[in-house]
Amino acid sequence: MLSVILQDTPIPISANPVIETPEIVWSSLAPHLILILGGILLLTLVSLLRGKAPSWFHAAWTVVVAGAALGSLWPLWSRVQEDGPQTLIAGAVGLDGFSLFVTGIICVSVILSALLLEGYLRRENLVGPEWYVLMLLSASGGVIMASANDLIVLFIGLEILSVAAYVLASMHSRRISSSEAGLKYLILGAFSSAFLLYGIAMTYGATGSTNLVRIQQFLVDTVLIKNGMLLAGFAFMIVGLGFKVAAVPFHFWAPDVYQGSPTPISGYMASGIKAAGFAGFIRVFVVTFGGTYAQQWRPMVYALAVLSLLVGAYMALIQTNVKRMLAYSSIAHAGFILIGVTVATDKGTSAALFYLLVYAFMVTGSFGVVGIIGREGDGKHSLDDYQGLGKTRPGLALIFAVFLLAQAGVPFTGGFLSKFYVINAAVAEEQYVLAVIAMVSAVIAAYLYLRIIVSMYFAGADDHGVSPEMANPPAKKVPAGAAIALGIAVFATLWLGIVPDTVTSVANEAVARLVAFQG
Amino acid sequence: MANPLSEFLRSYLSVGIFVGLSFVLFGLLMVISWALRPNRPQAGKYINYESGVDPVGSTWSQSQVRYYIFALLFVIFDVEAVFIFPWATRLEAYGTFGLIEMFAFITILILGLVYAWRKGVLKWA
Amino acid sequence: MLELTETWYLVLASLIFTIGAVGLLVRRNPLVMFMCVELMLNATTLTFVTFSKALNDVGGQASVFFVLVVAAAEVVVGLGIIVAILRRQDNADADDLSLMRG
Repeated sequence: MLSVILQDTPIPISANPVIETPEIVWSSLAPHLILILGGILLLTLVSLLRGKAPSWFHAAWTVVVAGAALGSLWPLWSRVQEDGPQTLIAGAVGLDGFSLFVTGIICVSVILSALLLEGYLRRENLVGPEWYVLMLLSASGGVIMASANDLIVLFIGLEILSVAAYVLASMHSRRISSSEAGLKYLILGAFSSAFLLYGIAMTYGATGSTNLVRIQQFLVDTVLIKNGMLLAGFAFMIVGLGFKVAAVPFHFWAPDVYQGSPTPISGYMASGIKAAGFAGFIRVFVVTFGGTYAQQWRPMVYALAVLSLLVGAYMALIQTNVKRMLAYSSIAHAGFILIGVTVATDKGTSAALFYLLVYAFMVTGSFGVVGIIGREGDGKHSLDDYQGLGKTRPGLALIFAVFLLAQAGVPFTGGFLSKFYVINAAVAEEQYVLAVIAMVSAVIAAYLYLRIIVSMYFAGADDHGVSPEMANPPAKKVPAGAAIALGIAVFATLWLGIVPDTVTSVANEAVARLVAFQG
Repeated sequence: MANPLSEFLRSYLSVGIFVGLSFVLFGLLMVISWALRPNRPQAGKYINYESGVDPVGSTWSQSQVRYYIFALLFVIFDVEAVFIFPWATRLEAYGTFGLIEMFAFITILILGLVYAWRKGVLKWA
Repeated sequence: MLELTETWYLVLASLIFTIGAVGLLVRRNPLVMFMCVELMLNATTLTFVTFSKALNDVGGQASVFFVLVVAAAEVVVGLGIIVAILRRQDNADADDLSLMRG
């Protein structure tokens, strides 16, 4: 009897016995897979070896993995050139020039940060695989974010990126300010992700899909009579993404977090994480809502750009801590990139991409130098600690000067051209006010960078009664990894300023091939 | 009537059978343990905690940090079940693809556990 | 009698979201702040499910799984950092954590 009773309990869903699983072209996901597997394998290997690996092994592994991911971009790039942009995994992920370019920026940032981190960790006596594992996983999140063609995938990528970064920020176990930075970053980051997610939910409700191409198609085909829900979604998503790229007025976490985090990690945050955040910004607003709703979101982004440019540059001036200065200057740089976003043209987007690449080199290099000068304990970051650096450590001072001049936008550096392209894109759209504000911000910021340089070269013993030798005793040699990273960064900063043609044409190509609704 | 019970009652009957089974199983285990264990009554066995210190002081006290580590590990693995349950209910429907996918997922989790183990987190000390 | 339409759920979700957001800005205890984040995420979950019902699309419900896991991961990392701070000092209030100013 029992069998009779139990046997025909109905399972209603069994009407369609097989669920269609999406076709996956694994080779097109190579950068994602390499970064994720590289991170997980490193963690497993090291935990099984239990400390038998030499201390340089983690960094070398990370550089090789990120380099492999970078190398895998070439065949994919030519695939995109031949077959055009394509979507993968049932439309969830897009493979196009844009995603590949941003992936490249993130990989570059990981390579440079890993090289800088190696010497830093040995000096601080914090050697361990976790830093590199987290960095690789965070980078994989950034890559997912850059290639997301679905708002939920974008959110997941953002979270993988951020959660790893929260831990990285708080990894310096002996500095309380590092834990503080991690906690602040986490709470405000979670706050902003909640905003982003709420915006995604509203957009989903207004358009009926989270897939970006389908949203685009829906908005082209349908005219919404009531678009309040969608506009609220825009506002929430701009708040969420504005937090991630540290645009004023959502910037207040950035100075604290950049100051408290271990210095090479600050460099990674300012380059890799910022690039991924902007990739999301551009993908959602310029690509998806650029054609149909540009009039609605552009004023909001315009305001963010203007505020970031002015507040970032001004606040940077009144700081005495060099890490905070760089944090505020990174906010001003975010303002420049937002100009490229707010014009919402191909020209603007490719200018933003070029800016992000140049900035990745400049800022990781700057934070790299700051990390070395910070000396053991990572605490010597006041402007006074830079006095007379030109005499005591001429090489390092010269390199830092190059990065600072590049950030200020001096000609023959990448910093000049990246600013030029962004302003050019604004002028092409007849946004003259924006262009003027950008130039004013550049002038204010130039004063800041010159202040550091003057302190390094021209402030002598008489200013504060401390002799340069006292302030900066001749220190140990620059670690090999850091030397390589700084060399690469200086070379790239100058090279992008003198012969930018290859990279700009790649950036233009990247924007020309985007996953989008062809209406 | 071929089927004396209505559909509604029949689905409750299976619940009832399982409840009954659980009582039978419980009773059986109690009887077995009663039959096997030695019986030596002592006064000390009837106080609240037969070993350790007497419960005194406030009930609000700070727990040791190591409890948190276990709790954190638990939360992670607990939440991952969110993905395993829907897959398990429709195991056949997802086919080989789903199976491989889930194994990849669980493998990554296990690698995390391996890391925790080699870190010495699982040791109670 | 009022009919329970989707709008009510959306209003409820927006109220929960606001409570979470305001709570996070007002409260100073990190644990309570995490709970507020959790409230905000749950409000978005409710929004997703409501829209999923309204649009008759299962995608919204699937998103809930991801949100759940993300919320758990965030809280675990946050508690880990708090434990790391508490190992060094007795209190982890947001006001005590203000070494950096500028």
